[in-house]
Amino acid sequence: MLQKVYDWIDDRVDITPLWRDIADHEVPEHVNPAHHFSAFVYCFGGLTFFVTVIQILSGMFLTMYYVPDIENAWRSVYYLQTEVAHGQIVRGMHHWGASVVIVMLFLHTLRVFFQGAYKKPRELNWMVGVMIFFIMLALGLTGYLLPWDNKAYFATQVTLEIAEGVPFIGEATKSLLGGDPEIVGAQTLTRFFAIHVFFLPAALFLLMGIHFIMIRKQGISGPL
Amino acid sequence: MKRGKGMRFVGDSRVTADKQKFIPKDYSEYPGRTEAFWPNFLLKEWLVGAVFLVGFLCLTIAHPAPLEKMADPTDAAYLPLPDWYFLFLYQLLKYQFASGPYVVLGVIVIPGLAFGGLLLAPFLDKGPERRPHRRPITTSLMLLGIISVFWLTYEAAAAVDYEAKAENNKPVLEEEVEIDTEDPGYAAYENSCLQCHGGSLEGGAAAPSLIGIEYTADEIKEIAVDGIGSMPADQFQGTDEELDQLAEFIVSVNEEE
Repeated sequence: MLQKVYDWIDDRVDITPLWRDIADHEVPEHVNPAHHFSAFVYCFGGLTFFVTVIQILSGMFLTMYYVPDIENAWRSVYYLQTEVAHGQIVRGMHHWGASVVIVMLFLHTLRVFFQGAYKKPRELNWMVGVMIFFIMLALGLTGYLLPWDNKAYFATQVTLEIAEGVPFIGEATKSLLGGDPEIVGAQTLTRFFAIHVFFLPAALFLLMGIHFIMIRKQGISGPL
Repeated sequence: MKRGKGMRFVGDSRVTADKQKFIPKDYSEYPGRTEAFWPNFLLKEWLVGAVFLVGFLCLTIAHPAPLEKMADPTDAAYLPLPDWYFLFLYQLLKYQFASGPYVVLGVIVIPGLAFGGLLLAPFLDKGPERRPHRRPITTSLMLLGIISVFWLTYEAAAAVDYEAKAENNKPVLEEEVEIDTEDPGYAAYENSCLQCHGGSLEGGAAAPSLIGIEYTADEIKEIAVDGIGSMPADQFQGTDEELDQLAEFIVSVNEEE
């Protein structure tokens, strides 16, 4: 039955090459930890992606309870943490995942850097990867404010002050991010929420797509 | 690779005329013991992912995500701190050469050089050599960067007492607690404790909140008489009966919560 449904669709839109293109490739010996244990360093990129998936899923569930408003943000997180079934675990996954993804990304970057894998022809992919790193840091920064507790509030205040210190565009940047040239408040929270949940993930998905397509196009770099 | 070459289509569509069940694998690029990604290698990756997930879930269960008390912009004593992966930037901006009149150096120039260098690494290090020891300048610059980041992070984190910070900022849902001012214990509270701990046990500049504490009645009595931490002894003024009522009252408020 399933096979027939698949064949029916495949007959019309030719979907086999789409997934075969992803599925049919060789995994060379030098990146396979089954052959050389030291090849575990090649796992960091995949684990980064894995934690990113955890972040997306847990984040989707968090928004079912979270309210981006200064009166209710903290209360909704407190409620999630204390009353909702498994709420503590889901928030815990999102909280710790944010740290683990930075660690994995750091290790992946070091692997690529010290193996010189960013050299021709992979310059573009390296730059896309560094931009993904920046996006991840920005996600961490904006997500930190959302629980609206003391550490979130004061860290954001400091961050916006640092942004203000940038010459020429500092004050405009602060107003853009914070929603107001002076106040860290309701506007700041909604802006950070929008940036954290819509703008940055959109950019992240785009860059990750480019990153993976380029890996498939160029293949993995050869052994040292 | 068969893709695109010699393919026949139905009419002017992209539907292939040739039925092709398998696209044969092409392993010519890499000699040696290669392995098919699908399904052999993916299964192994799946296992690594499962083990990783179990470890990760253990972490989240052992250490629940922290939450401090609700943001209070008037809390002037609060020490602001970014998340750990921004501590190195935060620490950099504390140094004299990167703050005050030189803040542009700390905010733009130093991080800009470091991260710009990282972004443009392929164009700065263009030689054909890939091994770290064959490109000493690149390697040593990166090592210098890593050591600086680790050291700055350590310097920033070592100066902070995270446990005390969490202890002083415990989350309290204040509205839920109702204070029964008719309780005989509240009269005793008014006489001896209210001045520092506040009219609704909310705490103040000199004393912590009494809501959300986990002491037993006996421990509360002992603290009221002997003091604790920065609280001096003999704060309680009254009879033993009043002391009992006071302790019961404070425990009952915490049970309600």
